[in-house]
Amino acid sequence: MATESSGAASGRTRKPRSGGITTGQSRAGWTFVAPSVALLVLFVLLPIALAVWVSFSDWNGRGSPLNPDVNFVGTDNYAQILTEESLIKRDFFTSLRNNGYYVLLVVPIQTIMALLLASILNQQLLKARSFFRTAFYFPSVTSSVAISLVFLFLFSGSGAINEILGYVGLEGPTWFGDSRGLLHQLLGALGVWNIDSPPTALTDTTILGLSAWEWLSGPSVAMSAIIMLVIWTTTGTFMLLFLAALQDVPTEVQEAAMVDGANRWQRFRAVTLPHIRPTVLLVLTLGLIGTWQVFDQIFITTQGGPTKTTLTPAYLSYTYALDNNQWGIGTAMAFILFAIIIFFTVLQRLAFRDRAAARQRRRERAANTAAKKATAQTLTTGAPR
Amino acid sequence: MTTTTTGGAPNTTPVLAGTLDTAAKQRRRRISPWTAVAVGIGYLVLVLFAFVYIYPFVIQLVTGFKTNPDATQNPLSLVPSPFVTEAFQRLGETSFWLWFLNSVVVSVVVTAGRVFFDSLAGYALARLPFRGRSATFAGILIILAVPGIILLIPKFLVLRQLGIWDTYPALFLPLIADAAGIFIMKQFFETIPVSVEEAARIDGASTFRLFWSVILPMARPALITITILSFQGSWNEFSHFLVASQDPNLYTLTKGVATLTSGQLGSGNQYPISMAASLLMTIPVAIVFFAFQRYFISGANAGAEKG
Repeated sequence: MATESSGAASGRTRKPRSGGITTGQSRAGWTFVAPSVALLVLFVLLPIALAVWVSFSDWNGRGSPLNPDVNFVGTDNYAQILTEESLIKRDFFTSLRNNGYYVLLVVPIQTIMALLLASILNQQLLKARSFFRTAFYFPSVTSSVAISLVFLFLFSGSGAINEILGYVGLEGPTWFGDSRGLLHQLLGALGVWNIDSPPTALTDTTILGLSAWEWLSGPSVAMSAIIMLVIWTTTGTFMLLFLAALQDVPTEVQEAAMVDGANRWQRFRAVTLPHIRPTVLLVLTLGLIGTWQVFDQIFITTQGGPTKTTLTPAYLSYTYALDNNQWGIGTAMAFILFAIIIFFTVLQRLAFRDRAAARQRRRERAANTAAKKATAQTLTTGAPR
Repeated sequence: MTTTTTGGAPNTTPVLAGTLDTAAKQRRRRISPWTAVAVGIGYLVLVLFAFVYIYPFVIQLVTGFKTNPDATQNPLSLVPSPFVTEAFQRLGETSFWLWFLNSVVVSVVVTAGRVFFDSLAGYALARLPFRGRSATFAGILIILAVPGIILLIPKFLVLRQLGIWDTYPALFLPLIADAAGIFIMKQFFETIPVSVEEAARIDGASTFRLFWSVILPMARPALITITILSFQGSWNEFSHFLVASQDPNLYTLTKGVATLTSGQLGSGNQYPISMAASLLMTIPVAIVFFAFQRYFISGANAGAEKG
């Protein structure tokens, strides 16, 4: 409703330019958007408003959160998650650690893999490129539940992956049941520390609810199986984005660089990469936003275990709200997660902007416009170029 | 990236460099031995990845026809021995086909709703000069930026508050609200020349009639893209169904299969059944995908444009 009234004001200011909005047109316009606006208000804005209230209340799931027995508790729920020494805080920072390692591995690997596959598929000399493109993209359109079940089988103790590892003389772990931290293991194998008696300097230092030793665990074996699952599923989508961007790199510049004697790697660095920079930023941003929301795969494969090493904020907030009836905690966690996603997205955009020279920025804008035009064109003709 | 660089001499790394070659250049390059090596490595990488991408689906397919012991003992084998349809029969004894039906109904309703409401709203935002248009569009852009998982618990709260939690409409109504689709339709309608509408308007057609019989038929490619994205999205949706209902009669495929594998069948490995279930739930999307692949691909790009 607020949207409507403030919108009316801005509409009025534009009135002279558009030569006057007739009542008929205005009515038609509102009739056309009304169903969608109603649905979005009802199932996006209203839910957020209600959840904001719940996150500041002591509602325990009985009756309506708006009933008079529910009390306003200020920032108590947020404090329990972030500052007070409690199991809730420990769980939450454990989930941040897990998801942090997950993001740190998934985002770069899926971006590089997508760019690699797109670069190869962009070679006109290769045959059967559309076959490969389909093969790599197909997992992206399938159900996360179905894919998770398949990976649960592939990575089971006696599954396909361990059988392959057996062929080369390796004994595979129980994957989804293995809570050992990879960084612990890796640095243990390198002799940096002894896993059985970790350095007391690390175990005795507590930062944000966890000991330094726990923070340095790395992703667990179970989490790395989920990481592989997700990279396998999402790479195809990003590959398509890179492929579209690569096809927009002007041939003339490539040729000019070739005449100048630049080899392919130099051409990639100096010509291709600057041109696809906006797409790289887009893929990183979409990757970052997506990876902080991981939920389905966790629910199907591990439900947060083993020993909480695959808990993520999204999954944790769900269990606190729906399983424990601690709705204030659950909703507050969701909003903290929201803040984290916004924080990293903004940070990433700033980092990219600072590194780019002014000329670069101009080029990006041009490329962006081209990409937008291309999208419109694609939609118009219904076929990818 | 490492695959390529370790694959040969430094000069072969250029496989990475995406180039658009003219026909003349292709002819010239075919002679170069370095190009031959580069092409070879390119194929090697593609075939390797294709194996990694296709094999899990093959395993999924054949395991559905295996017995439990066979699946556990020979997880890599591509020949079920013995070949049995037991997994599918046992799946039939669960509520699988009810969930399947629920998924079909919900996906069809969501898709129809999105196509209709998204195109109406997209057209209004692109072409109809109503008061509050820019503010409405700004609101839609803000909604687009809200990560979906954040809305999981909030949507549960609202469904309860509205008294429709654990009913059929709770499954599809929230999914029809689709800011991304409105955005895609608006972008598309802006590419249609205004002159077309002006010509029709002179004939005295009403706004809705003009939209329905002149504009909408021209928007066919965009409509197909929205249809496919909506169908795929609602068929694969899981977390919303998880919170929107409780009644087992309202389970969709994703929710039903998820509960099936985490308990209903008791303990022990039930891999053939879970593979059979995941296979059956993949088939409808696979059919739509292979029939309309080019729209999926343009949809992936259009969907990303909003980012």
